Amino acid sequence: MSARRGSLVLGGVLVALLALVPLAGWHIPWVLPSTVNVLNATGTLEVLALCFIFAGVALGYDVLFGYTGLLSLGPVTFFGTGVYVFDIALTRWGWSLAAALAATLVVTLVLALVLGAIALRVGGIAFAMVTLAFAQAFYYLVEDNPHNLTGGDTGLALASSRLPGLLSGAVSNTRSLYWLALVYLVLVGAVVRVVLNSATGRVLVAVRENEQRVEVLGLRPFGFKLVAFTLSSLVAAGGGIVYILLIGTAVPSAVASITLTLSILVMVVLGGPGSAWGPVVGAFVYVYLQQYLLKVAAEPSFASLPAVARVPLSQPQFLLGALFVLFVLFVPGGFAGAVARARARRASRRPAAPAIRGDT
Amino acid sequence: MSTAIDITDLHVTIGGSHILQGVSLQVASGEVVALLGRNGVGKTTTLRALMGLVPRSGAVRVGDQDVTRWPPHRIARLGVAYVPEDRDVFSALTVGENLRLAEQVAAPNYDGVYELFPELRQRTRQRAGTLSGGQQQMVAVARALLNEWPVLVVDEPSKGLAPRLVSELTDVLARVSATTTMLVVEQNLAVVRRLAQRVVVLDHGVVVHLGPVADLEDAGLMRQLLGVSA
Amino acid sequence: MTVLADLTFSAVALSAVYFLAASGLSLIYGLMDVLNFAHGLFMTLGAYAAWDLTTHLTSTLSAPLNFAVGVVAAILAGAVVAGLTELWLIRPLYGRPISQILVTIGLDLAAVGLLLGGFGSNSLSMPVPLWLFEATHWGSLNLPNADFVALIAGVVVLVGLEWFLRRTRYGIIIRAGVENRDMVRALGVDVGRAFTLVFVLGGAMAGLAGLLNSVVFSGDLVSPLQGDGLLIFAFIVVVIGGLGSIRGSAVAALLVGVVQDFSNYYLGTHPGMAEIGNLSVVLLLAVVLEWRPRGLFGGTL
Repeated sequence: MSARRGSLVLGGVLVALLALVPLAGWHIPWVLPSTVNVLNATGTLEVLALCFIFAGVALGYDVLFGYTGLLSLGPVTFFGTGVYVFDIALTRWGWSLAAALAATLVVTLVLALVLGAIALRVGGIAFAMVTLAFAQAFYYLVEDNPHNLTGGDTGLALASSRLPGLLSGAVSNTRSLYWLALVYLVLVGAVVRVVLNSATGRVLVAVRENEQRVEVLGLRPFGFKLVAFTLSSLVAAGGGIVYILLIGTAVPSAVASITLTLSILVMVVLGGPGSAWGPVVGAFVYVYLQQYLLKVAAEPSFASLPAVARVPLSQPQFLLGALFVLFVLFVPGGFAGAVARARARRASRRPAAPAIRGDT
Repeated sequence: MSTAIDITDLHVTIGGSHILQGVSLQVASGEVVALLGRNGVGKTTTLRALMGLVPRSGAVRVGDQDVTRWPPHRIARLGVAYVPEDRDVFSALTVGENLRLAEQVAAPNYDGVYELFPELRQRTRQRAGTLSGGQQQMVAVARALLNEWPVLVVDEPSKGLAPRLVSELTDVLARVSATTTMLVVEQNLAVVRRLAQRVVVLDHGVVVHLGPVADLEDAGLMRQLLGVSA
Repeated sequence: MTVLADLTFSAVALSAVYFLAASGLSLIYGLMDVLNFAHGLFMTLGAYAAWDLTTHLTSTLSAPLNFAVGVVAAILAGAVVAGLTELWLIRPLYGRPISQILVTIGLDLAAVGLLLGGFGSNSLSMPVPLWLFEATHWGSLNLPNADFVALIAGVVVLVGLEWFLRRTRYGIIIRAGVENRDMVRALGVDVGRAFTLVFVLGGAMAGLAGLLNSVVFSGDLVSPLQGDGLLIFAFIVVVIGGLGSIRGSAVAALLVGVVQDFSNYYLGTHPGMAEIGNLSVVLLLAVVLEWRPRGLFGGTL
């Protein structure tokens, strides 16, 4: 009980500090991912806001993957739905902000229930494949630019005329978008906590551990899995909305491709699936490293490096992929697993066995 | 007499259930031991753990080797033949392929196997999945006898077979037992009486009784241990 | 009528490439429960190995010989990289299927990143015999020679694979392992060697598929992302055919190739339907899974 209160206090302090970042004009050389080495520079705030968004999406995804034990390869479907439905409603149809939000919510909810009901008919690897196929179908659909709605490959810029001034894409508003992203993350964290601590959350974990035993208790695992699927879909769509507000353009390769799905998976596995804070840390590490490596590669001195060093370092995808492989091989359970093992060692008890549950 | 199989304090946990909670039993060379108990007490799991097919802790020795950390194929190659429950043959493979897969020695004894099960000789090209239950059990036993290994581990050979087949199969196992150490799980007590010299009774993952096969005649004891009248 | 025949022929050639990509995936999954995301990488590396050798080392050879070198290079590159993947990355993670999937995802990300850094994201052109881009005329039919090459490769591999799986000891071990891995072990067989073998075989076929994909469908171009694009369709073929079934993969590859090519031809020219071929394939997958959740040939080799 007190441990939980302690981590709540710690989380609260962290959030408060992060909320103050836009007001702090400190000069910090080297460590910041933007080209200007000032803490509240637009570039830095944007990267941090991206961290918040993907931390939220990763938390939602982990409800499905880490807690319920379902490997979905389709979170991008719902992230993309959030991006595109919101963008189209505002930009193409000129709806009001509230109407666009409502439309996005309804479309996501219906889509999640329908696709979830179909995909959850199969389990294990087949479930992963079906969700992947749906995600690809979604990708092809937005690439196709039906009725000139999505803009296809060229993308769809968000028309900011229908947005309140504070949220419109102007650079001076990065600060408010930063706060919005932080609010999104805190909200997601709270909702996910409440659900996982409820009776439903305990059934989800039971489904992961032993589905038959849940059935023996007279509960239908299907319904609970659908709840997890829908919750993580809604969270992903919410992340999509904040993303399009922040970035301002929807491009299929960035918001609807399998690359994004894999990124989310990498974040969760780096941080530690099935842990309260692991996915958040994983998302921060992933987004920060990706952006920082791009910054390093853009340094003028970088071009003078020999090819052996320059080629790998210029590709965040290579370094993140390699890091991911090392974690899977040597750090089961990601950061959260490593911390749990370190704690267990200090308490000189036998090491807990977190890793990826159900991975046997 | 040397010990062929020596299991000490064997624990197995599967999917959160602690199925074996410290099983210990020995089988001496040349002996036939029957493992008895109600359904779901851990008999099959004991055999699977012996073969290295489930994660286990404790100690398992075969002959003078500690095989506790060995993978299944190395345990088998020590000379432990295994007939799994439910006549688990490869249904997509032919009878001949099922036997060929089991070949592990330079000169597998096909003649001996076909002498024991003449029916299989004509069926080598038939898919095992299309055989009757009795024929499938013959394939499973034939597979285990092909290499003439010194130890045979059999999981409920008589399960689901017609009485005539049960007695045929028991005859075969009785002949084999003359030259082979056997650990057999069996519910059919008539089969046990014919084959075994000793019985071991499991309940809820622990050994509750060890004794000579004559203990089966103690009706009160059997009712208490197995819930059946012998 | 000629349109129909031409179209069918090119669809079957496409199917042959899908089959080459999918059969290895299916064997690997069937035997080891590993959903191999690095299969796309094996395809890409096959194509790049062929490109590198044929443009640099052996470019002075005659065109057909140079192409033959490319084919061998593609097959070897796929086989070697796949074998090393199994030994170094998959083997330490035996018994942890999700981690095995994740490690192949990481490998694919990292290696494709390296290719992007080393060769750039633009496609590179490979020297191939001009004969490949000509067509053979049969009456009123125009059959592209490249399609013939793909078709022959597909049929040769299918026949060879069936022979291997039915006539050799390792083939029997693999078929038995797909059905029940543990029981094969309990018979004294070291299944680990069969694991490495299916990766090597799958990698070899993937390397060939990558090269053919470049030559037949991309106008002799190789690119770092080509394999990952093909991988999605290979996955779909494997699931439709039934995980672990070679015949299933063959039938499903035909189905997917035909559906994709025909819907592209008849519907793809309408505005906003450029991706209809790809979409119909996904639809096909959904229909098959609703009808038979284990695929067309689920569970038999």
